[in-house]
Amino acid sequence: MFARGLKRKCVDQEEVEEGALAGFSSIPSYSLQRQSLLDMSLVKLQLCHMLVEPNLCRSVLIANTVRQIQEEMTRDGVGRGTAPQSTGRAPLDRLVSTEILCRTVRGPEAGCPVPDLGDGAIQGPLPELYTVDSAEVPRSPQSSLWEMDSPRENRGSFQKSLDQIFETLEHKNPSSMEDLFSDMDSSYYDLDTMLTGMMSSSKPGLCDGLDSFAAAAPSPGSSCKSDLGELDHVVEILVET
Amino acid sequence: MKCFSRYLPYIFRPPNTILSSSCYTEADIISTVEFNHTGELLATGDKGGRVVIFQREQESKNQVHRRGEYNVYSTFQSHEPEFDYLKSLEIEEKINKIRWLPQQNAAYFLLSTNDKTVKLWKVSERDKRPEGYNLKDEEGRLRDPATITTLRVPVLRPMDLMVEATPRRVFANAHTYHINSISVNSDYETYMSADDLRINLWNFEITNQSFNIVDIKPANMEELTEVITAAEFHPHHCNTFVYSSSKGTIRLCDMRASALCDRHTKFFEEPEDPSNRSFFSEIISSISDVKFSHSGRYIMTRDYLTVKVWDLNMENRPIETYQVHDYLRSKLCSLYENDCIFDKFECVWNGSDSVIMTGSYNNFFRMFDRNTKRDVTLEASRENSKPRAILKPRKVCVGGKRRKDEISVDSLDFSKKILHTAWHPSENIIAVAATNNLYIFQDKVN
Repeated sequence: MFARGLKRKCVDQEEVEEGALAGFSSIPSYSLQRQSLLDMSLVKLQLCHMLVEPNLCRSVLIANTVRQIQEEMTRDGVGRGTAPQSTGRAPLDRLVSTEILCRTVRGPEAGCPVPDLGDGAIQGPLPELYTVDSAEVPRSPQSSLWEMDSPRENRGSFQKSLDQIFETLEHKNPSSMEDLFSDMDSSYYDLDTMLTGMMSSSKPGLCDGLDSFAAAAPSPGSSCKSDLGELDHVVEILVET
Repeated sequence: MKCFSRYLPYIFRPPNTILSSSCYTEADIISTVEFNHTGELLATGDKGGRVVIFQREQESKNQVHRRGEYNVYSTFQSHEPEFDYLKSLEIEEKINKIRWLPQQNAAYFLLSTNDKTVKLWKVSERDKRPEGYNLKDEEGRLRDPATITTLRVPVLRPMDLMVEATPRRVFANAHTYHINSISVNSDYETYMSADDLRINLWNFEITNQSFNIVDIKPANMEELTEVITAAEFHPHHCNTFVYSSSKGTIRLCDMRASALCDRHTKFFEEPEDPSNRSFFSEIISSISDVKFSHSGRYIMTRDYLTVKVWDLNMENRPIETYQVHDYLRSKLCSLYENDCIFDKFECVWNGSDSVIMTGSYNNFFRMFDRNTKRDVTLEASRENSKPRAILKPRKVCVGGKRRKDEISVDSLDFSKKILHTAWHPSENIIAVAATNNLYIFQDKVN
């Protein structure tokens, strides 16, 4: 489970041990899991918005979750300079099945960029995280799922999608369905790729979809910071600041 | 706590279902279950828009053990699938809720609702028919008055008992969002219908207008962070009602205060436990059902993992909290991924408000005795229940060694969920809807 805020509390012995453990065993980093949860939520929202009349309660709860994750990411981004990120310390074992990272280890030479997190503790497991089966993501490993074509455009369509979801919920515009699909373009196909990736995942289990997300998602360390501007913008739209 | 140990040989199957436990269509899935005020009738609604009413048989002296079994009394199509051409939107026929009106004459009345439209149905018996009219021919067409030379007085002749369901009122076009609750007021003249963002008050006699009593729709839908999840009238005070929200709060409103109850009278909310905080906190605290106790003193709410009982006189925390399936706390991520976390479990009181019941996964349902604090997990399944067999309590094993008869968390079937249950108003008879099957269990009394 994501224990929000816990990871920045004073470091006790147990946490240090857990953090150290993270360096050797295959425990995914907190921020990576958070990122995959965010990605999963965004896909859910995207799918919601493909429906004419989605379940409003579910959409609102997912949108609130997205907002919550993004707020925390923004906070982390701000606090990055002062507080060193200790991503490996969250009680991750309770969150996602730990098999997430039990994949074939491929080194950085396989074309996976090694992200610079400024945190030695998690340098170890990251190349594993980046192991992406080329069958699942057919393009170059460098281009992450959300940045396949033009990242700017993709993010833009997500902002749009959130807008549209709520617009759709309001039923003000009966003709919006058409626009909605015409706007889908690149991000829609990305979604498709991703879902196909999920299906073709060889490992059984509930968290497999997440698994592929985790593998395919952009590294929180390398891209999170640069994403913050856009994330801020999404949050802005969401909370109407 | 009394245990429900006698299983009546009633597994309800819709008539068009092949009798095999694995074969059913989406339309056969039961979506609501409700006893009437005497417990004589039990109504179910399904995703196919049908309502099936069961009637309890009269006690027979020579068959003591067959006392009070429920048999099908009437079946009718309450709602049909519709298409909203303006919004280019299909409206499902699924029955979301059924509520009985108190019986006032020989006929029975019930309200049924799908996402958009509430209907008032009259269910009545006919065992005589008038015969001997000469104003109409055999096919019901009016005869030419010129050919009629005499006027015959019709006579009533007995016929086989027929149960008719006729729609008496249709309350439509008042909800933009999906109706989640309907509740008959204790004045028996009005009822309310609640959707995700609004609650409307209706008079039973008036179908073309309703009063909006709660509206939480923000002017800008992008600011929407909370929806109404359930609503109910107080059982005795016709001016008081409660509604629950997706943020885990309950608002009690007094209709005497103002026409639009935007400001609540009481606000029930439990502070968040920081040790259990996670990204899923809000989702699992979203209330899926709210029910007043029969006495009107307490409110029961169901969220994803717990059932809570609130005293109307204490707003800052519930007086009782019962864990329904706490072992799922470590599985929330998977349950979010497969959308189970959004399942809407309902909860019910027994007749004396001393026991509460709610559903879980794997066809399990839970009962909590409020006095002894004992709880039990039971299973509604064909495989494990034989007629008149004693229901064995089930246990879910959490970590460690799994004992015999226990089931491990990982082998729970999340597609078999018990969302809807009902408790007879005065006796220990319960109805449990498990996908397309209805189980009726009765306390061992004789």
